[in-house]
Amino acid sequence: MTPAEDQINPPAERQLDTRYRHETPEGIELVLTLAGPLVRGLAWAIDFAIRAVAYLAFVLLLSLLGGVGTAILLVTFFLIEWFYPVFFEMRSGSTPGKKIFALRVIQADGSPLTWSSSLLRNLLRAADFLPFLYATGFLATVVSRRFQRLGDLAAGTIVVYEGQEEKRTARTAVPARPLPWPLDYGEQMLVLRFAERSPRLSAARRRELAAHLAGFTGREGTPGQALLAHASWLRRGRG
Amino acid sequence: MMRQEQFEIRYGPLWKRLETQLALLENGRAASSGQEELAAFPSLYRQVCNHYALAHSRCYGPDLVARLHRLVLRGHQQLYQPQRAGFRGILEFAGYGFPRTVRAHWHAFWLAFLLFYLPAGVSGLLCYHDPTMIYSVMDENRVSRIEYMYDPRNRKTGRTPDRTSETDLRMFGYYIYNNVAIGFRTFAGGMFLGLGTVFFLLFNGLTLGSVAGHLSHQPFAAVFWPFVAGHGAFELTAIVISGASGLLLAGALLRPGNRSRTVALRHIAPEAVRLVMGAMGLFVLAALVEAFWSPLPVNAGIRFVVAAFNWLLVMAYLLWAGKGHGS
Repeated sequence: MTPAEDQINPPAERQLDTRYRHETPEGIELVLTLAGPLVRGLAWAIDFAIRAVAYLAFVLLLSLLGGVGTAILLVTFFLIEWFYPVFFEMRSGSTPGKKIFALRVIQADGSPLTWSSSLLRNLLRAADFLPFLYATGFLATVVSRRFQRLGDLAAGTIVVYEGQEEKRTARTAVPARPLPWPLDYGEQMLVLRFAERSPRLSAARRRELAAHLAGFTGREGTPGQALLAHASWLRRGRG
Repeated sequence: MMRQEQFEIRYGPLWKRLETQLALLENGRAASSGQEELAAFPSLYRQVCNHYALAHSRCYGPDLVARLHRLVLRGHQQLYQPQRAGFRGILEFAGYGFPRTVRAHWHAFWLAFLLFYLPAGVSGLLCYHDPTMIYSVMDENRVSRIEYMYDPRNRKTGRTPDRTSETDLRMFGYYIYNNVAIGFRTFAGGMFLGLGTVFFLLFNGLTLGSVAGHLSHQPFAAVFWPFVAGHGAFELTAIVISGASGLLLAGALLRPGNRSRTVALRHIAPEAVRLVMGAMGLFVLAALVEAFWSPLPVNAGIRFVVAAFNWLLVMAYLLWAGKGHGS
């Protein structure tokens, strides 16, 4: 492989992206998309707002009860402050704030979060928060390879985007056309990806993208149609 | 080689079946689908793992690969689910899991013990011999407030002159809110190479020691010692154990041995969590005693008997609970 080709299509382990790969006992590779500090900060801010509203509601409600109310209030404050994330993480894998951004906390081996890990990463918020507003946590997130704050490092957890079900578009039947010459993996993916995305692209954008490959698709038909025909051939063969 | 469309037609129904099972499992309604159907789940999952690998290596379209990947990920999450602890787990932990963990990490326990009781003892003696010494630890306002609390001229022992059962409850809430949080911070301080943990242990030892030394003179001693004796066993032990949990984290960072620091930390962290959660239990116990037993108008002799009993209880629990249970 020449250096130029290597740059266009680098091997997975050298790609600079937010993917995290984990090999399971079945010998297959799970590919997870890690969540960076910004989106996690936003999720935290939303959780903070929810907690603030909850505090306020409890203060208003329990102030009617006098001394007993104060006792319950203090215990509730304690529980919300330390165990709000644990409660939601153990129920569904993410707090309401994280849910909004489709984030989820899992073990680094792709399995669901354990009790011990959830407690650990949330108690260690006390360390990540220092000296103010999660400065330590932010630093750790930026420096560590998998966007982990101290709590995540100790618990062996990661925050990932939940895979969303992409809407599958119906394929239009296009007569298959063989490839003019063999393509490698990345190039085949390029052609197939184009075919899969093309129903969602505007006609002008489709033309613009396909025009880059005019040399490959040849003279027959527009480059866009030719690419769809090649994709069809890749999927179905000649039949 | 099989083309993508043939592949999809042949295995589509199998993927659908796994999808249905996953939906049931994820909603916790798996029982409704019957045992036989569930028994097929692991083998179905492994087949789909195989399909995912094939789809990838045969350069099938990214959409199909992504769909199979999603199935595999969801299956992985279901198959490798950890055991849920439940109420029984909590009981077992309190019964023998926790004291065993403390015994397993006796180095950390005794180190935390020294870090807490040494400054407490030294500052206690100093403050006992020199009544002005306390002012170098805390300011005047706080000293007079503490003196006021344990002044026998307030007929009711404890915090304020007009203490009622509602006040007891409020104090219970406060002890939970304040003391357990201190335990948690002591634990979290372990992440800064133990500096945070050591600081909290020394600081708490120093403060508690000097207050105790200062109040050991009459007239305060007659109120102070009977009041604090009851819950001391639980609270002081809880402070030491949360210190030990922080020191465990620090130990992994300072002396990781043959492992990387992250791996050593991950290895010891579940043990540290067990310690700090047990300490939380002790703090809650201490808060119960301090809020509901200590303020009762009971003769000092009985109080000291109860206190001695509590200390023996804590020691016996940490030394022997769960000793016969296997490992």
